[in-house]
Amino acid sequence: MTTALETEPEAPEPVPDEDEPAPRAVRAVALAVLRLLGALVVPIAAFFGLWLTFDWMRDADVNRFVLVAVAIAVGVGGVFLLYWAMNRTVDHLPERFREGVRPYVFVGPALVILGVFLVYPVINTIVVSFGDSQGEGFVGLENYEFVFTDESMLRAIRNTFGWVVVVPAVATSIGLAFATLADRLRRGEAVAKSLIFLPMAISFVGAAVTWRLIYSFRPEGFGTNIGLLNGIKMGLGMTPTPWLQERPWNNLLLMVIMIWMQTGFAMVVLSAAIKSIPDEIIEAARIDGASEMQVFWRITVPSIAPTIAVVVTYMVINAMKVFDIVFVIGSPETNQTEVIAERMIYWFIRNHDGRSGAIAVILFVLVIPIMIWNIRRFREQEATR
Amino acid sequence: MTTAIPVEESLPTELEGAPTSEGAGDVRKGGWTPRIVITIVAAIWMVPTVGVLITSFRPEDLVETTGWWTVFGHLFDTSQWTLENYRSALDTGGFENAFLNSLAVTVPSTVIPITIAAFAAYAFSWMEFRGRHVMFAAVVGLLVVPLQMALIPILRLYTSGAEVAGLRIFPDLDLNGTFLGIWLAHTAFGLPLAVYLLRNYIGSLPSSIIESAKIDGADHFTIFWRLVVPLSVPALAAFAIFQFLWVWNDLLVARIFLGGTSDVQVLTIALSNLVGSRGESWHLLTAAAFISMVLPLIVFFTLQRYFVRGLTAGAVKG
Repeated sequence: MTTALETEPEAPEPVPDEDEPAPRAVRAVALAVLRLLGALVVPIAAFFGLWLTFDWMRDADVNRFVLVAVAIAVGVGGVFLLYWAMNRTVDHLPERFREGVRPYVFVGPALVILGVFLVYPVINTIVVSFGDSQGEGFVGLENYEFVFTDESMLRAIRNTFGWVVVVPAVATSIGLAFATLADRLRRGEAVAKSLIFLPMAISFVGAAVTWRLIYSFRPEGFGTNIGLLNGIKMGLGMTPTPWLQERPWNNLLLMVIMIWMQTGFAMVVLSAAIKSIPDEIIEAARIDGASEMQVFWRITVPSIAPTIAVVVTYMVINAMKVFDIVFVIGSPETNQTEVIAERMIYWFIRNHDGRSGAIAVILFVLVIPIMIWNIRRFREQEATR
Repeated sequence: MTTAIPVEESLPTELEGAPTSEGAGDVRKGGWTPRIVITIVAAIWMVPTVGVLITSFRPEDLVETTGWWTVFGHLFDTSQWTLENYRSALDTGGFENAFLNSLAVTVPSTVIPITIAAFAAYAFSWMEFRGRHVMFAAVVGLLVVPLQMALIPILRLYTSGAEVAGLRIFPDLDLNGTFLGIWLAHTAFGLPLAVYLLRNYIGSLPSSIIESAKIDGADHFTIFWRLVVPLSVPALAAFAIFQFLWVWNDLLVARIFLGGTSDVQVLTIALSNLVGSRGESWHLLTAAAFISMVLPLIVFFTLQRYFVRGLTAGAVKG
């Protein structure tokens, strides 16, 4: 596929201009300047235009409905106008520059936004993590020392490790098993899959509420237990358990919530991959006497391995960043369910930028192996394509 | 999985009904095990949702004193059902306002990254320029920057700009608490995944279509807008679902960039405030949770037929 692209000739139009004795260096410099203009100045100008609209909106005292409608129209229409305007600008350039500049107009905005919102913060956080609580004075490795000595922080690292191992493993396994089995239903596959996917539409906050109806606990003598688990226990004549305070198992119970929410994603994606395996391959294996188990492990799993990798990566990164569930269910410290991202917000709220930054850097460092693994995987894919 | 398969083998229909004798489409169909296992798993998955749904229709005093499963004992006793929770959840906590705000945050935060990523993905796939591969690799690399890491520096940019050695490199725009500020943040956080997915899809479109459009004299903008975008609807829809669900349900980014003040608060913040200020008032929370789920579900079920095709075009090697 990439090879097909490669053959696309680079700006073939200006053939008549070619023998013009314009100095090459001048041309190169002009092209570079124009590229820079295309990629930087136009989006920034458009951005300021949008921002002025907003400055007006912020102060305007109009009906909320109108405001929201205008916001949506400006947000949606503005971005398209931006590209249209940039493209028209490029059309007015001298012909020989045109096709050299145009690609940068197409990718420019993406690169500018990523640069400002992701690359800059990474660099900035690294700098701040060596500073004091206000992110000003230099304190060397003090914040990192804190990160690796604070009891709560160490627990957070340990707990996050648990999340990263348990959630992707369980959610992907259930998703894969469900997708494999649902593929063999004669009827009702779509309904079954929708039911599993449903929790994806619930916010973490909503999920926290939902699961309190399962985990809720009231000690004996303080009213009926309205959580399902304790309801069952009482029904069996046992005493209720304060599930969310049972260390360290409460961590596992919180992970169950995320598994519940994310299995649907794994299932939908893996199901599509399973369906793309040609019937003939499975048929041939059956003729050769392969059992269901063998077909699954020797054919299904290897065929969809790239998809499994994508799903696992996505989930590992999500588990690493988990914050909402732990935060909303409450009292991470007393229940010892701290996770890294939650600690980061904790120190941020308490105005200690240095510590917050150092914790963020830890998170980023932990993600690097996954990044390397993925880039290597892409390379292999490109090579075999 | 391991428990399911041995049972499978003991099923006579599976072993005897030699798959070869059936049509090719039937190779993988049939058997009781899938039906049983699927039913059980789906039922387990539904338990929490059913619990909330039931609770949201029960009056406060019953919610507090009896478990939600007890309704099954006397299902048709009308005195145990009420719509009061929905009514009061909508009345209190500025829910209507929060709903509008969520809409104003989510729609542009979904459309903007899709547009920007689609243009970039088109350029990465069908345009020749220097640094193409390096730039794409960098974008994919950014997929793994933890969102939490970016929040604080962006917040600082929003509130006071940036200076390097006394030189102002980023102006003080006072974007904090504005819709534009949160759109740009969500756009940036969604972009790497969007570019990655769309590049997979747009890159896999047949080159013959694009070449023939070029021969007919179409420029890149026209090809992109008239040809590539309509052809990429599945991938665009797949990402739209993702981004919509993510932004609609996001608490963290909204909390940091919009804050909890009532005139700009979004649904998730209103919800979590309900948790905070009302403690154990589950009867309201459950209704509120369902109200906030309605729109994402509509979006999902409208777009879901594209979802699978769009996500797997590049990821799966058929």
